[in-house]
Amino acid sequence: MSWTQFIFGRLDWSVFPQSVIAWGGAVFMLVCLAGVLLFITFAVGWKYFWDEWLTSLDPKKIGVMYIAVSLVMLVRGGSDALLIRAQQATSVGDSFGIVSSTHFQEIFSAHGSIMIFFLAMGFMFGLINLVLPLQIGSRDVAFPFLNSMSFWLFFAGAALINCSLILGDFSGAGWLAYPPLSELQYSPSTGVDYWIWALQIAGLGSLLSGVNFFTTIMKLRAKGMSWMKLPVFCWSVMASMSLVMFAFPILTVTLALLYLDRTAAMHFFTADLGGNMMMYVNLIWAWGHPEVYILVLPAFGVFSEVVPVFSSKKLAGYTSMVLSIWGIAILSFIVWLHHFFTMGSGADVNAFFGIMTAVIAVPTGVKIFNWLFTMYRGKIRFASPMLWFVGFVVLFTLGGVAGVIMSEPPADYELHNSLFLVAHFHTMIVAGVLFGYFAGLTYWFPKIFGFKMDEKWGIRAFWFWLIGFVLAFGPLYLLGLEGATRRLDHYSADLGWQPLFIVAGIGVVLIATGFCCQMMQFARTFQLRKQNVDTTGDPWDGRTLEWSIPSPAPSYNFVAEPIVHARDEFWDRKLGTPKELQRFEDFSMPKNSGAGVLIGAFAFLLGFGAIWHIWWLVAVGLLGAVGTAIQRTFDEDTEYVVEASRIAHDRIEAGYSANI
Amino acid sequence: MSDTNYILSMEERSKDRTTVFGFWMYLMTDLVLFASLFAVFAVLRGPQFGGSSIAGLFSMPYILIETIALLTSSFTCGLSLLLAEEGRVRGALSWLCVTFALGALFVGMEVTEFSKLIGGGYGPSRDGFLSSYFTLVGTHGLHVTIGLLWLVLLMVAIIRRGLTRGNMRKLALFGMFWHFLDIVWIFIFTIVYLTSAL
Repeated sequence: MSWTQFIFGRLDWSVFPQSVIAWGGAVFMLVCLAGVLLFITFAVGWKYFWDEWLTSLDPKKIGVMYIAVSLVMLVRGGSDALLIRAQQATSVGDSFGIVSSTHFQEIFSAHGSIMIFFLAMGFMFGLINLVLPLQIGSRDVAFPFLNSMSFWLFFAGAALINCSLILGDFSGAGWLAYPPLSELQYSPSTGVDYWIWALQIAGLGSLLSGVNFFTTIMKLRAKGMSWMKLPVFCWSVMASMSLVMFAFPILTVTLALLYLDRTAAMHFFTADLGGNMMMYVNLIWAWGHPEVYILVLPAFGVFSEVVPVFSSKKLAGYTSMVLSIWGIAILSFIVWLHHFFTMGSGADVNAFFGIMTAVIAVPTGVKIFNWLFTMYRGKIRFASPMLWFVGFVVLFTLGGVAGVIMSEPPADYELHNSLFLVAHFHTMIVAGVLFGYFAGLTYWFPKIFGFKMDEKWGIRAFWFWLIGFVLAFGPLYLLGLEGATRRLDHYSADLGWQPLFIVAGIGVVLIATGFCCQMMQFARTFQLRKQNVDTTGDPWDGRTLEWSIPSPAPSYNFVAEPIVHARDEFWDRKLGTPKELQRFEDFSMPKNSGAGVLIGAFAFLLGFGAIWHIWWLVAVGLLGAVGTAIQRTFDEDTEYVVEASRIAHDRIEAGYSANI
Repeated sequence: MSDTNYILSMEERSKDRTTVFGFWMYLMTDLVLFASLFAVFAVLRGPQFGGSSIAGLFSMPYILIETIALLTSSFTCGLSLLLAEEGRVRGALSWLCVTFALGALFVGMEVTEFSKLIGGGYGPSRDGFLSSYFTLVGTHGLHVTIGLLWLVLLMVAIIRRGLTRGNMRKLALFGMFWHFLDIVWIFIFTIVYLTSAL
């Protein structure tokens, strides 16, 4: 090994982008980065940013950072979507579209990986951070420092995946990198390694978050909050986090084995010497199918909070809601084989997994009916969270039925790998997961910032997203039925598919417009914050504990530990039922810590070194991360005491007497 | 002031419970990780083309000594915990030292075994079975190594500050981790070594 190889590993001058569009991506990303850095330097100030945000252990701030990063990643994944649609609308007959087929493969691989791991997962953990401690009447999560570390691992993963825009290529093996295509023999460049390490590092963060939030719900609920008084959002998070704890270790193992295959010449999934590539497909879906439910259950939870509040009624069928959440969670682990019925496991195995898949529609149907029953004879207010729900309930039901169709193995033999499938799972992830998270963000925004989001641009965004979605994915159902397979970079003109692809392209442009409306909504929200200020702490006439405290919620959430007597505790209090409400006691809160940031930075170095085979950098990253963690465990001065009586006194002086 | 102290100690107690529970949850995720590796091993085991079969690669008496070393270290770790609860710092520390020695012996023996296999041409890149064998057993060995590092840090912490509440908590967590690795090893011993010797 030469010296340059030792120092730079596989890095050399050829790693920079090779085409105009690839350069465009790289430059765009650098401009965005420069913009953010300049904004922080001149408009925010680094000291403030470091002290108040980056090092914060306050779940609400960590949640805001999660959501900010995930929205940036939505821009990245969305740009990929625009490119995919542009390619498929134009690459027909004699025309070969705007990107090469190799680059096209990278684009759809990046699109899927980014949207699932860095948009959806990030947004989900963001919302959970914002809301979960507030809803269970807790001041914090179980392990505040671990929470910050998880975020920074997520951030390191996101940074790594964006690195591939500038240095080297990205994986072209699809968002799940099936071998043997993802093996060294067929993907010799660093692309698949980028995929592995971005996901591995972010996935570790997710796993730790899963442990953290699960423990938080188990151990930190307010006094009196017995299980059947737990808000449904918390139930959904608990089920989702259980799935995280079961599923993510499998992902960790799968990615590690693939990396060992590629780097240490092992034979787990190779086509020769005893490797078994179908084992990879089994393992990745044993994680991947629960992953879908990890994402969608919290969205169900959001809707279970939004619908009762905006219908001014209590949730219909609370118990059946809880049972259906756990039913879905359990079933989600025995359906993974439906992703590869064509593997040929035999009729009995396929029949079992087909039936289990179809059965998931039952608990999901229970939830749909309960939401509708909640609306029935309610006083419905169509504020934007409720609009997202209505859009969701129509599209999600249709997409769910498409899923039941594909759960039949014979039908799946026809439909698998087609655009029908692509349309189906986009309905679940966009209209299901994303609409839910948007609703949640709009709904809880005032509790975090102290003012409501701008409604006018919110409603515009909703309509653009809804119509854009129907136009973008409606044609894909039809194309799939006509036999169009997914991931096509070119097709023959006489198939007659082009008009539908063009409609789908227009749909994606409308969705992008919807996203621009949301950016406008953020701008207007901050511009009009004085008008939309929430003075009561309860802007929507809410039902659960988080609305019982002032907005924005203070860093310690509750000055006095709340005592819970009812399922809709705050609603009950508003009805005036007299009861013992709170206990005033001093308490301790965690101090800020920069160790999480450092660990994230070292994890990034570790991943970068592992991708480019710069082994000394791997050592630096590993030792740095472990050393920082060790140093942190020896630090015994991590908390400060808050005197409850003083806060209460200050509040009363400031005129908040009704609402401490 | 005494009131505040009382409340903070209540907080400490509930923090102990939360930490122990959270660590249990972490161990369960680690168990899923090992379960996946066991599943991979189960798929890839058996005679492979290209050559190696399981029987004849391992020396059972050697593995047995390794096993006894690790299981005994779990026992000495338990003794250390018992003495720590009685507040006997020296006793606790000396049993931790014994635990460390036995753990190090285990890791040393495993490394020797690995290097012998690799030296004999049975390295992890030879075929799928050996890949899965080295990865499963190696992951456990890596865990034990991390445990040894943790043990050193724990002893330093106890020497520096004594058996404080925080150190007692760490000791309890370490004990859980160490016993957990024992249980995983029993499965490795049974599924990897014992069944292949039959």
